[in-house]
This record gives sequence, structure tokens and C-alpha cells, in this order.
Amino acid sequence: MRIVVVTSGKGGVGKTTTSAAFASGLALRGFKTAVVDFDVGLRNLDLIMGCERRVVYDFVNVLQGEAKLTQALIKDKHVDTLHILPASQTKDKEALTEEGVEKVMRELEAMGFDYVVCDSPAGIERGALMALLFADEAIVVTNPEVSSVRDSDRILGILQSKSRRAIEGREPVKEHLLVTRYSAKRVEEGEMLSYKDIQELLRVPLIGVIPESDAVLHASNQGVPAIHLKGTDVAEAYADVVARFLGEDKPLRFVSYEKPSLIKRLFGST
Amino acid sequence: MSLLTRLFGEKKKTAAIAKERLQLIIAREHVDGKSSPDFLPALQKELLDVISKYVKIAPEDIKVQLERQDNLEILEVNIVLNETSPPLPQ
Repeated sequence: MRIVVVTSGKGGVGKTTTSAAFASGLALRGFKTAVVDFDVGLRNLDLIMGCERRVVYDFVNVLQGEAKLTQALIKDKHVDTLHILPASQTKDKEALTEEGVEKVMRELEAMGFDYVVCDSPAGIERGALMALLFADEAIVVTNPEVSSVRDSDRILGILQSKSRRAIEGREPVKEHLLVTRYSAKRVEEGEMLSYKDIQELLRVPLIGVIPESDAVLHASNQGVPAIHLKGTDVAEAYADVVARFLGEDKPLRFVSYEKPSLIKRLFGST
Repeated sequence: MSLLTRLFGEKKKTAAIAKERLQLIIAREHVDGKSSPDFLPALQKELLDVISKYVKIAPEDIKVQLERQDNLEILEVNIVLNETSPPLPQ
């Protein structure tokens, strides 16, 4: 079993959107996948996955022995091989203990899960630390914007010092950079950091670029992970991310912008 | 973008400014994250011993710090001599 943390430091950059789409993508490939919300007190993964009305027990109930893991796991309505473990909405982050989280991870492994995707809360407090503690791989979600890049750099430092792999001196957590809310047009116009700039600053291999898109809001409105919105650039970009994660070679898409032709500019595009 | 700015050159693109600022701040935060080399306290003490041979000086009058700028390391030694501190008799 591989544990993948989706993290960023900064809030609002697309961690939960990515966790939902990425976990769904792995499950669509036939892998038995669990996606776990570590944002105790401010859960939102359930809404993005569209299972908010089916939450009975949560992660903290399991940690505190009030429910079994099998009772708290919610089966996804789109993909059979996907399960969601929601965070608690009422308890606080102190409920997450190292021993507790480790026990749940072991149990998921015993249940035959191939992948666990940990949706990290923003910040560098307990919830975020617990989400990355047992990670084998990390997807660092970054917007092309100064505060997000700086926070990503910070969280990379934490991955390299506070994960179990780092503490025990094992092979380091495998890091992937995911640039989200990308506008090729604004990059072309010199108004936005390019993915190459960000990669150069953070020095982490790029796993994908997700374009800024209306589809993300449509997806969250309906509680459908964005990867299911067939034909949208976001769905295809996330499918590419999953493919690259699984070792397939996919060229980057949605990163170049073609200036409209003179005729289009004169007569407007229809 | 107006015709004038096109003809007479334009201000630096903001993305380039963002990149420059990030390069500086990230480099600095990486340095701050690491502790300063451990020979600094010893260096300070030995300097104090040497200088005390000639002038009266308090330990806090000697400040030793290492700064990093890009690929450059600067060792800064600051010694404050009090006007009242007379040279010791040789």
C-alpha cells in the first residue's frame, strides 16, 4: 500500500479538489483507494465527493474507538473501488494522534487498499503534520502566485524533516509538484509565473498543470469530483496526472496559449 | 497594452518581479532554517581572549555572525571599543 499526501501549506489552492479527483482517478484505474480527510473541524472532502449526507461516523470516532473503520468508510457513488473517510466536524485537531493515525493506516493496509490519499488541511499545524507523517509520496499543490509558492517551499522543508521517512532516515518522501489554477494566457502576457518558473524555484519534479477553469466550480456545486466532468480540460488534466503518477509518459497539455488571429481580433470571436 | 508603451518599451512584467522576489526570499529562508556554524561561539571566545590582552573589553562587545548572500558567505565581526577602556599596560 502506498500513502500519498496532498498538501500545500496555503489554503484555497485546490488540495481537496485534487484529492477528490486524484483518488477517483486511481480508483477508475482499478486500484482499491481510500481518500482520508485530515481537516478535523473543517471537513469538506465529503461535500466535494458528494457524500455529505451519508456521513454517520468519522475519522475521529474511529481513532477514539467509538466506531469501527469499516463503519466510518463511505463507499463512493461513482467508482466501486473508492472509499471516503470523512473528518470530524465537531472535534478539534488534537484528536489526531500519531498512534491513532498509524493504527488506521495499518488497518487500511490489512483491508487490501492499494492507495491511501491523505487530504491535508492548510497550515503547518497538527492536522497537516499528521497528514504527511506516514506519506510515501507527496503531491504539493501550488498556485502560480507568490504566497502559494513560498508556502509550498515551506511544506517541502517539513516533508523533508518531519515525515516518518525523514525521521527514520529511510528513502525520502517522493515529491511531486502540481500547479493548479493555471492561466496560459496570463503567463504568455507576463502576468503570471510559469510552471517552469515554479519548478525552478521549488526544484521538485512536475506531475501536472491544472488549468484555471469554470468546471471546478461546476464540479463542487454538484459534489462530483472534477475528473468525472467528461470533456473538460480539468478532467483531462487530472487524468494525465494520474497516468504520470502511474509511470506513463504524457506530454503536458493546456500550458500554451495561442494569440487570436488578426481577423478574430478585429471581428471578435464568436 | 497601449501603442505608446509598445513603442517606447514597457515596465517590467509583474511575473518576472514575482520570480525575483521569490528567489531571494526562498534562498534566505533556507539559510535561516539551518543553524549557524558551531565554531562561531569558540571564535568569539578566542577573539575576546586575544583582544583582552591589549584592551579591556566585555564579552558582549564582540559580535560574530555569518551571513549568506547567494553564493557568498560573509563573516562579520563587530568589536566595540569603549572610549573609556584604556589600553592595558604592556
